[in-house]
Amino acid sequence: MPLVSCKNLTLSYESEVAVQHLCIDIESGDYLCVVGENGTGKSTLIKGILGLMRPKSGEIVYGDVNRKEIGYLPQQSAIQRDFPASVWEVVLSGCIGKHGIFNVTYSKEDKERASKNMKIMGISDLKKRSYRELSGGQQQRVLLARALCATTKLLLLDEPVTGLDPLATAELYSLIKKLNREENITVVMVSHDVSCALHDSNKVLHMGSNGAVLFFGESDEYRESSISARFLRCDCACHGRGEHNHV
Amino acid sequence: MFELISEMFSYSFLSRAVIVGILVALCAALLGVTLVLKRYSMIGDGLSHVGFGAMSVAIAMNAAPLAVAIPVVVIAAFLLLRLSEKAKLKSDAAIALISTSALATGVIVTSLTSGLNADIYSYMFGSILAMSDGDVYLSLSVALVVLVLYVIFYNKIFAITFDEDFAQATGIKTRFYNVLIATLTALTVVVGMRIMGTMLISGLIIFPALTAMRVCKSFRTVVIFSTVISAVCFFAGMVLSYTLGTPAGASIVATNALAFIIFFVIGKLSAK
Ligand SMILES: Nc1ncnc2c1ncn2[C@@H]1O[C@H](COP(=O)(O)OP(=O)(O)OP(=O)(O)O)[C@@H](O)[C@H]1O
Ligand SMILES: [Mg+2]
Repeated sequence: MPLVSCKNLTLSYESEVAVQHLCIDIESGDYLCVVGENGTGKSTLIKGILGLMRPKSGEIVYGDVNRKEIGYLPQQSAIQRDFPASVWEVVLSGCIGKHGIFNVTYSKEDKERASKNMKIMGISDLKKRSYRELSGGQQQRVLLARALCATTKLLLLDEPVTGLDPLATAELYSLIKKLNREENITVVMVSHDVSCALHDSNKVLHMGSNGAVLFFGESDEYRESSISARFLRCDCACHGRGEHNHV
Repeated sequence: MFELISEMFSYSFLSRAVIVGILVALCAALLGVTLVLKRYSMIGDGLSHVGFGAMSVAIAMNAAPLAVAIPVVVIAAFLLLRLSEKAKLKSDAAIALISTSALATGVIVTSLTSGLNADIYSYMFGSILAMSDGDVYLSLSVALVVLVLYVIFYNKIFAITFDEDFAQATGIKTRFYNVLIATLTALTVVVGMRIMGTMLISGLIIFPALTAMRVCKSFRTVVIFSTVISAVCFFAGMVLSYTLGTPAGASIVATNALAFIIFFVIGKLSAK
């Protein structure tokens, strides 16, 4: 049984349809890369899987994962970069989902979990720092550590490398790859960086205008397909880079 | 200085106003941190205008002002919150629409019935004399409820303030907490309006949070420091008002503004 399965899923805002008739299965252990131009419904799909939006039609079926046990890294614009909070407060807040309504404090396990995930992300020494004083790359790691506190199974990452320099990008990609391969966490990542999509991921979902699916399948197949050709050429032309993000 | 303060407290209405006021100032500061960070600062302002409208209508109808104002303002808080959820961009305009309409209604109703009398003036700019015994008990219970709920839900309030989508995705009932915050804000605004006045109560909500954010680096310190600064400024404002004979609400906002400037400078200097 797939971990998450979208069955003829349609998601829409009041006026417009953002995802149409989507049928995909995400298996446990997958690294799915979601690509497509701006406004094609990638973030909307992520919100649908998180349960932040109710499907207009179709359904999302969860396998061996509770909808509340999904780790989420929002698209950059959604979070306030100047928020006064310590790194520790932010990471720890990832554990909040397990709390009952009158659960006033974080438990010892919560704190151990947060510490462990900060170590995995290599940000243990930032614990007392203020979130708003960190660099973009450091902030992404903090948010990723928070996401890890919420899940051991499924991570949804919405454009995690936006605004990072090439080195920080490569580092973040290798961290995500490590989580997928070593911690056995299923990853769904929205990215505009198609070259990465092809190297680290095993599956690709390419969305087109109005949230239609242009391609869904194995990464190797995608590389051969004609849909990727335009995207890939553009990617190389824009960034002039090949395999830099391979660590 | 000490003599001055003990002289102030020898007036029972003054000490009553100070005690109630400090509790309201604490609540306003706590809620203010979340409202400011969620970009809902204008809600406090909007609610106070609605409160003014409701109170004027209540007076015109010879009803108890707070008994009418509290439910009306709570309902307005729900509406304003929904508006801001639905259309983030248009919400400030929507708040302005609602608040000016409520203000206009209040002014028209009063001028048609009793004329703009002293009561209305005191709702506009606040009055420490406006507190009846009933008001004092009501204010104390509201303040207590706000403080206790804030402590109980502190971690969830942080999570929702920092990233509402994430909190909701992990199963937090964000709608419930948003409604809770709106309700508590509405109660605080209505109670605080008596001392601070319609035009000035939002200062009590916004200033302490902004002042604390100049110098504090974590959410917890922002929350603690903003309550401290709010209480201190309230007290200093009352002393100022007593010595200079200026209206309490305006004096309190003035001390808050002064504190903001001081900590703004400190923040800038220590950042270098
Ligand atoms: N809150 C909203 N209300 C109404 N329409 C929205 C909302 N958010 C997105 N849309 C619309 O839904 C469509 C899909 O948006 P979405 O954010 O999912 O795109 P995206 O693929 O993530 O784009 P990007 O690459 O720019 O992040 C767009 O046409 C957008 O205008
Ligand atoms: Mg997006």
